[in-house]
Amino acid sequence: MNKKSAFRYISKKRRVKENRRFITGRGRFAADLKLSGMLHVAMVSSPFACAKIKSINVDQAIAVDGVHYVLTGAELAENISPLLSGLDLPDVKRLPLASGRARYAGEWVAAVVADTRHIAEDAAELVMVDYDMLDFVIDPEIAMKPDAPLVHPEKGDNIFFDKQWVWGDVDGDFSKAPHSLSLRARWSRCSTIPIETFAVTASWDDGREMLDIWASVQMPKYPEQIARALKLPASSVNVHFDVDVGGSYGLKRGIRQTVIVSYLTRKLRRPVRFIEDRIENMAGGEMHGPDRIFDMEVAYDDDGIMHSLKITATDDCGCYPGRAPLQLGKPVSAIVGPYRIKSAQYHARSVSTNKTSQEAVRGFGQAPTNFAIETVVDRIAKEMGIGREEIRRRNLIKSHEFPWRIPSGSEYDSGDYHTVLDKLMESANWDQLVTKRDVIRKQGKLAGIGLSTCLEPSGGNSSFEPLFNPKNNTTTWMESCLIKIDMLGGVSAMMGTSSSGQGHETLLAVSIGEVLERDPDTIRAIHADSVTALPSNSPVGSRMAIMLGGAAAGAAKKIKAQLLKIAAHNFQLPEDRLIYDGGDIFVDGDRERHLTWEQLVDIAHRQYHNMPIGTEPGLQAQHTWEVPTGGAMPADDGTVQMYPCYAFEAHVPLVSIDPDTGQVEICDYYIGHDCGTVINPDIVRGMTFGGIAHGIGAALYEKFQYDDSGQLQAGTFMDYLIPSSHEIPSVGMIKHFTPSPLTEFGQKGSGESGYLGAPAAIASAVNDALEPLGKSIETLPMRVRDIEALLNGNVETKIG
Amino acid sequence: MKAAEFDYVKAKSLDEICLFLSQQAGEARIIAGGQTLVPLMAMRMARPNTLIDINDVEELKGIEITKKSVIIKACTRQSEVLESVDVRRSLPILSDALSHVGHTQTRNRGTVGGSLVNADPSAEISLIARLLDAEMTVHSVRGERVIKAANFFSSAMITNLDADECLTQVCFPIWSSVRTGFGFHETSIRASDYALASAAAQLSLDSSGQCRSISIVIGGATEIPTRISETEEQLMGSDLSDTEIKTAMEKIPEMLEPQADVHADADYRRRVACVLVGRALKDARERAKGSLV
Amino acid sequence: MSCHKVSLTVNGAKYAENAEARMTLVDFLRDVLDLTGTHVGCEHGVCGACSVIFDGKPIRSCLIYAVMADGHDVITVEGLEEDDGSLSPLQDAFWENHAMQCGYCTPGMLIATHQLLQENPSPSESEIRDAIGGNLCRCTGYQQIVEAVQMAAKKIKDNCV
Ligand SMILES: Cc1cc2nc3c(=O)[nH]c(=O)nc-3n(C[C@@H](O)[C@H](O)[C@H](O)COP(=O)(O)OP(=O)(O)OC[C@H]3O[C@@H](n4cnc5c(N)ncnc54)[C@H](O)[C@@H]3O)c2cc1C
Ligand code: FES
Ligand code: FES
Repeated sequence: MNKKSAFRYISKKRRVKENRRFITGRGRFAADLKLSGMLHVAMVSSPFACAKIKSINVDQAIAVDGVHYVLTGAELAENISPLLSGLDLPDVKRLPLASGRARYAGEWVAAVVADTRHIAEDAAELVMVDYDMLDFVIDPEIAMKPDAPLVHPEKGDNIFFDKQWVWGDVDGDFSKAPHSLSLRARWSRCSTIPIETFAVTASWDDGREMLDIWASVQMPKYPEQIARALKLPASSVNVHFDVDVGGSYGLKRGIRQTVIVSYLTRKLRRPVRFIEDRIENMAGGEMHGPDRIFDMEVAYDDDGIMHSLKITATDDCGCYPGRAPLQLGKPVSAIVGPYRIKSAQYHARSVSTNKTSQEAVRGFGQAPTNFAIETVVDRIAKEMGIGREEIRRRNLIKSHEFPWRIPSGSEYDSGDYHTVLDKLMESANWDQLVTKRDVIRKQGKLAGIGLSTCLEPSGGNSSFEPLFNPKNNTTTWMESCLIKIDMLGGVSAMMGTSSSGQGHETLLAVSIGEVLERDPDTIRAIHADSVTALPSNSPVGSRMAIMLGGAAAGAAKKIKAQLLKIAAHNFQLPEDRLIYDGGDIFVDGDRERHLTWEQLVDIAHRQYHNMPIGTEPGLQAQHTWEVPTGGAMPADDGTVQMYPCYAFEAHVPLVSIDPDTGQVEICDYYIGHDCGTVINPDIVRGMTFGGIAHGIGAALYEKFQYDDSGQLQAGTFMDYLIPSSHEIPSVGMIKHFTPSPLTEFGQKGSGESGYLGAPAAIASAVNDALEPLGKSIETLPMRVRDIEALLNGNVETKIG
Repeated sequence: MKAAEFDYVKAKSLDEICLFLSQQAGEARIIAGGQTLVPLMAMRMARPNTLIDINDVEELKGIEITKKSVIIKACTRQSEVLESVDVRRSLPILSDALSHVGHTQTRNRGTVGGSLVNADPSAEISLIARLLDAEMTVHSVRGERVIKAANFFSSAMITNLDADECLTQVCFPIWSSVRTGFGFHETSIRASDYALASAAAQLSLDSSGQCRSISIVIGGATEIPTRISETEEQLMGSDLSDTEIKTAMEKIPEMLEPQADVHADADYRRRVACVLVGRALKDARERAKGSLV
Repeated sequence: MSCHKVSLTVNGAKYAENAEARMTLVDFLRDVLDLTGTHVGCEHGVCGACSVIFDGKPIRSCLIYAVMADGHDVITVEGLEEDDGSLSPLQDAFWENHAMQCGYCTPGMLIATHQLLQENPSPSESEIRDAIGGNLCRCTGYQQIVEAVQMAAKKIKDNCV
């Protein structure tokens, strides 16, 4: 499967199909849609970290000219089913609008519907909510204490999830190892906030009994969740997946927003739209990511070889447990990173606090975990006086050892980590970087080189669902593709999900083009509506290259098989005497005897008399693919095969730091990258550069800071700092291709690439810079003020 | 994030602006570049009854350069000043500072006057105005008055302008001595963010290399741009050696009472402001000596 | 409610429509003129998604009210194609270099760099980064955007020679 060396279209430079509409301003984003009679929503938000909602008076708001309705949490709660939780927590109910109690500053308590968004905002100011302030908790470690204020009093404590797994002889390995060390690493609440906020329009058609939805969404099983909440059959919810989504990176879940507008359109019989403004988006929406404290312990020997790893991850989930707690689950799939560690213990705790709920973010918890593991590896290097590259070389799994099973049960498919590292070191020229670093140091600045070697588990299996919630027995996470060849020979391919910049249309066209040997530029890729779509699990978990690519190839192969069958029938020859070439079929050894693509298509569509007896007329095929290696429930000890494919990346940045101001500048940046066979090189480059930029943001700039009164202090783009073109350097990317044996073309995922190793690498570089001063930081983001305080906290005056 | 309702008038002349302002006694606000006012209104943190648009008032636009001063009319775009070769020649510190004000797109709308009246503690233009003790000319139906920068800023985001007054121009004096040098430094988190702290210095040397006149000002770390007169006095007449600078700066930290926000605490701003003063002074010294261009 | 007549030129075409004083230019372009190519990312002047060319200079259209644009000239992303409707060298280079992913920041990026190339036909990397310094992109890490602008600059120059 993976030995194909020469692809026709795969891995070749090719313009990304979707770009044409974006460069001419013809993208179709959710906010671009205009329906006649459409009404607009603005939210009323709670200003308090925790408060009882005593009453809501909407009289003044309703009286405003142009206002149609004010929906309160209480009314909505009465009419819908609570939203799904990722965990088994019957006492914790999540509703789109708070009812009875508001649990974080910014939580939506009412929705105002008006002719324009302006009027809706005017009226939202006039909704009078009578609150009683209640005790709240912001710090997750305080939240775990027995006397802490309760976020959900019905539940009795603030612990959403608390479980420890031991894989292998952890105690034995620790007691045998001559050395061990422990450290605490902190990943602060941040995320990959897209430039487009979440937007949704819903329109109820009473005649068809159909709810049409256009949303900027990236959420598995979204239509079904909307249907369930509204108590409608899923066939009455039609999500238009052809909406272009302006970035998501895991975040745009949109269930609450969609339930609100859907309820309203059914009630008011007018299309209703809600476009979050940036404040609704950042405080009340779904923009917050992992917020983790890692307590790490590692056992290692005199050579710096790691034998066992203990991780306690305490995650501040915020208020409600959507899918966020499951972000503690994905790291189980690569709990020991790319290293040959024999045993591992993982203690995962999800704690609720009075903060905005955490949601899924690119990498689904893997980037923080990678950062924590790499911090440990760097620390061993330092303790043992071994180079950071050398320590990794000694611990990395070797290329001949694949498939490699890690203690938590996942088998890594393939890899050649040492070669990637070799290539990276050659291109980055480590020695030259060291010289450059030392020159900067001589000039009076601090400077450091970073290194990280990390994995990107890809292929989006959902085994963490049953692992974290025994009542959930989901073991498939399939993806589908339908291919239709029209009567004129045109190829159309259909996926059942929306895209948010991943280039799925190009992926479909190239994968199908490769199998059918047809020019991908002539292949149309479309996003089906949910009622016509085949099962999809949306582009999460770095899975589409593998899963949608695999489904597309599977469907294309069925088409090809049909064509061969038709040709065999017409030539009255067995199929193995035929040669398929570019869509035409030739008789082996007699190229004069052939049927062209057009002729074959014509037979299928019009000439039933020339079809093999019993064949379906027309030319179409669908394929729904289960995740390779998936399909099993976790074993009792929690071991499970989680993801099928493992991409590898190694990062080397050089940073300089102004010791007086704490400002960090990234001078150079290199990444060695191996995601198996690359389907479109431009897309993989873009994903990687973008992921690195996200990682730099997480490492240096981005944080949803809360103050002591539970107020979000970084609720706009003035305060939540997304790096600009000035902060992000040009990156030198060095590629290596170790195909996966599990996938159609040998591809692995790259949707999270860059992000999974950049934070660790930047932290490594900053700490290398601080090392001569005997200092270090293990908390992200390493903001200017943190670095400066570490360096000069006790100094009175300095002169630059 | 939509503004509350307001009325809008487009002024055609300075007289009209003054008239509108006097009629609306405190309820109306001038809009110039809108780069600060529009976001504030979008978040409903500002909600004027009426906006008086001054963008069409030609008499409030333009740059005038003489031997002694650079005069900039209030509604002149920041980008126009930044791009002016003449300004760069006559008052390079202003050009330098302007390049740190937001970015190209905000400078293409944002005005010099708007920035001054907005009185953000971190604003670069205010800093330079205070450094050179620029003169602000303001008009109202009551007449004209000139306010020195020293008296213009009263606290963070507040000036001593009366509600019916319009800033019409700012006059930055040019120091005549040939051996004059300036220094400007700021620290921000991202390149185009507001400064966490900033400092500017200008000084001139006599023929023996001693400091004959000097001005030092700190921004971002105090509510309003603050002149550091004690340090200035100590450095007058000195050779401006590194040690002299260091000694003269000793008192600065205790003079400053910086504000804390989500981006930096007071201690950070205090320490960094001092560092930047040192850097600005050294650059100014080297430029005055001709060894830094 | 204060309503005003707004007459302006957008992409060479003249429009005259009514707008409430508080309507920003970007809302006017999108909701009144149906020119939805210009995007909204923050409405408070930070992201640059709403960039348009206003009297020959790139600005943020969320930071100006539509009435203030009365009598002025605006170019949006829909106006960047060549007169014959073909892609401009810059648009083409954005496509060729995959200078986008989700495409949401792209109109703003095109506006910012279009103007850069008008004023500076051979910008250095740092000049390009400066020109887009006020335009946030969350997908690309900016690199392929920089590469696209470099390619466009070269192409334009080669065509002129
Ligand atoms: C993303 C971003 C980054 C920025 N970064 C910086 C920065 O780094 N440094 C910096 O200094 N600024 C920065 N700014 C703000 C700067 O761009 C503004 O231009 C400036 O603060 C205000 O100028 P304006 O002309 O836009 O004024 P407006 O916003 O129109 O008005 C500001 C205030 O001044 C009043 N006003 C304006 N003109 C007059 C007048 N002639 N007489 C009386 N009152 C008047 C208005 O009533 C209002 O109260 C930034 C803005 C943005 C959006
Ligand atoms: S929408 Fe205008 S700058 Fe963000
Ligand atoms: S392409 Fe998605 S934000 Fe730039």
